[in-house]
Amino acid sequence: MIWVDTIVQGILLGGLYALFAAGLSLVFGIMRLVNLAHGDLIVLAAFLILTVVNLLGLSPFVAVLIAAPVMFAVGWALQTYVLNRVLGDDILPPLLVTFGLSVVIQNGLLEGFSADSQKLSAGPIEAASLPLGPITVGVMPLLTLISAVAVIFALNQLFYRTKLGRAFRATSDDAVTAGLMGIRPRNVFAIATGIAMVVATIAALYLGIRANFDPSIGPARLIYAFEAVIIGGLGSLWGTLAGGILIGVAQALGAAVNPEWQILAGHIAFVLVLLIRPRGLFPRAND
Amino acid sequence: MTDTVLSIRNLTAFYGDFQALFGVDLTLQRGQALAIIGANGAGKSTLMRAITGILPSPAEAILLNDRPIGALSAPEVLEVGISMVPEGRRLFPSLTVEENILIGAHSRTGNGYWTLEAIYDLFPILKERRHNPGTALSGGQQQMVAIGRALMSNPDVLLCDEISLGLAPVIIRDIYASFPRIRESGASVIVVEQDIGQALKVADHVCCMMEGRITLSGAPEELSRDAIHDAYFGVSA
Repeated sequence: MIWVDTIVQGILLGGLYALFAAGLSLVFGIMRLVNLAHGDLIVLAAFLILTVVNLLGLSPFVAVLIAAPVMFAVGWALQTYVLNRVLGDDILPPLLVTFGLSVVIQNGLLEGFSADSQKLSAGPIEAASLPLGPITVGVMPLLTLISAVAVIFALNQLFYRTKLGRAFRATSDDAVTAGLMGIRPRNVFAIATGIAMVVATIAALYLGIRANFDPSIGPARLIYAFEAVIIGGLGSLWGTLAGGILIGVAQALGAAVNPEWQILAGHIAFVLVLLIRPRGLFPRAND
Repeated sequence: MTDTVLSIRNLTAFYGDFQALFGVDLTLQRGQALAIIGANGAGKSTLMRAITGILPSPAEAILLNDRPIGALSAPEVLEVGISMVPEGRRLFPSLTVEENILIGAHSRTGNGYWTLEAIYDLFPILKERRHNPGTALSGGQQQMVAIGRALMSNPDVLLCDEISLGLAPVIIRDIYASFPRIRESGASVIVVEQDIGQALKVADHVCCMMEGRITLSGAPEELSRDAIHDAYFGVSA
């Protein structure tokens, strides 16, 4: 029974990784941009939520409603004024710019908030648990996974049921021809990055409640997110959820065998998937 | 307003240092179907790219309803009333047939002649295939989707770049059979064709291009076979 419990805990942890990864997957799927600052932007969002909580005395769950639109604006501006200028046939300039951005965000946060660890406090719900048959699951991890599924579902609805989603997919397929349809690819990219930052803010909420965070932890979040996206298949949102869960389960199983193996087991699972299916579990047919 | 819908004056175009168009002049009358013929590399597609704003041009070199549009971007050109069926169709593989058609109306605000139903009426086979991925259709059906997509913006001017390329003659005939209805809708049409016979059949006016210049222009019945041959190949028959 302990194995069932371990796997369930891994699946729940995977929800958090899927939330880290969903924004990355969205941006990559639409504009083939690997945002190396994604982890730092999640940490930035966590500090933003913390600031709103401290200033207004709100619950983090309410503060996220204020932080999310701010982060949308941050994403929109970042894409419009920085990333759109470097997007092109060469993949190196956007990589360098987002790498630089990662350094800038980390140092900016260090300057503003110091290197001290911080945490978002959600109150009694943090310790609450639910009996689920023979095992017990924490309410917060369960909420995290439910949120991840809801976010991925909502993004899929946006992609496949709305005019904006149609423009996202068309621009992703062929930006020049999309222009002939009256679509402005740069505007589409700016909206997409804005939405990715809203998702990053939701990820930041659960990151900040689950564990301590400080300005330097962004790159490690990026690695989990990146692995989840690659495992799932580039550009596939449900694949990203599956990728996050796979890493979560691998980490939980690794930790059950030996606590030192937790992180390593996740990375090994990633390498194994790459060896067996180099294009990920659910690659898009036209990539 | 004059009867001229699109007017091109002394248009030049460059790819880097390479000059692809040399002082092209062209006039499209309202309701007219104009065919541009020419061999590979004559500058036909470059002219289409310049008109649609993919290639930047001087503002005054292209006038739509007397308004300078040469400096507009591709989305802006679509919004002022010019849409294109691009060479090679360029359907969006992630979109279904219906979504490919609907995306043509992305920036449209008002109503107009062309609706999804009107497109299905023009090409009934597309209604049966509407949930298929656009790129899963045959070449001819894909071309129908590309034409439907371009019509959805209710353009004043429809540009068709090499729509018969790679298609069987019977399919080409079916596609061109839709042109009278397209012209009835009020759209003026420019057809770029390598197939001279087809161009002469469908157009009221024919221009022949060679090496970035217009070498011949006139009504199909006025143009002799030899004159077209000379203008097309640059040598006497």
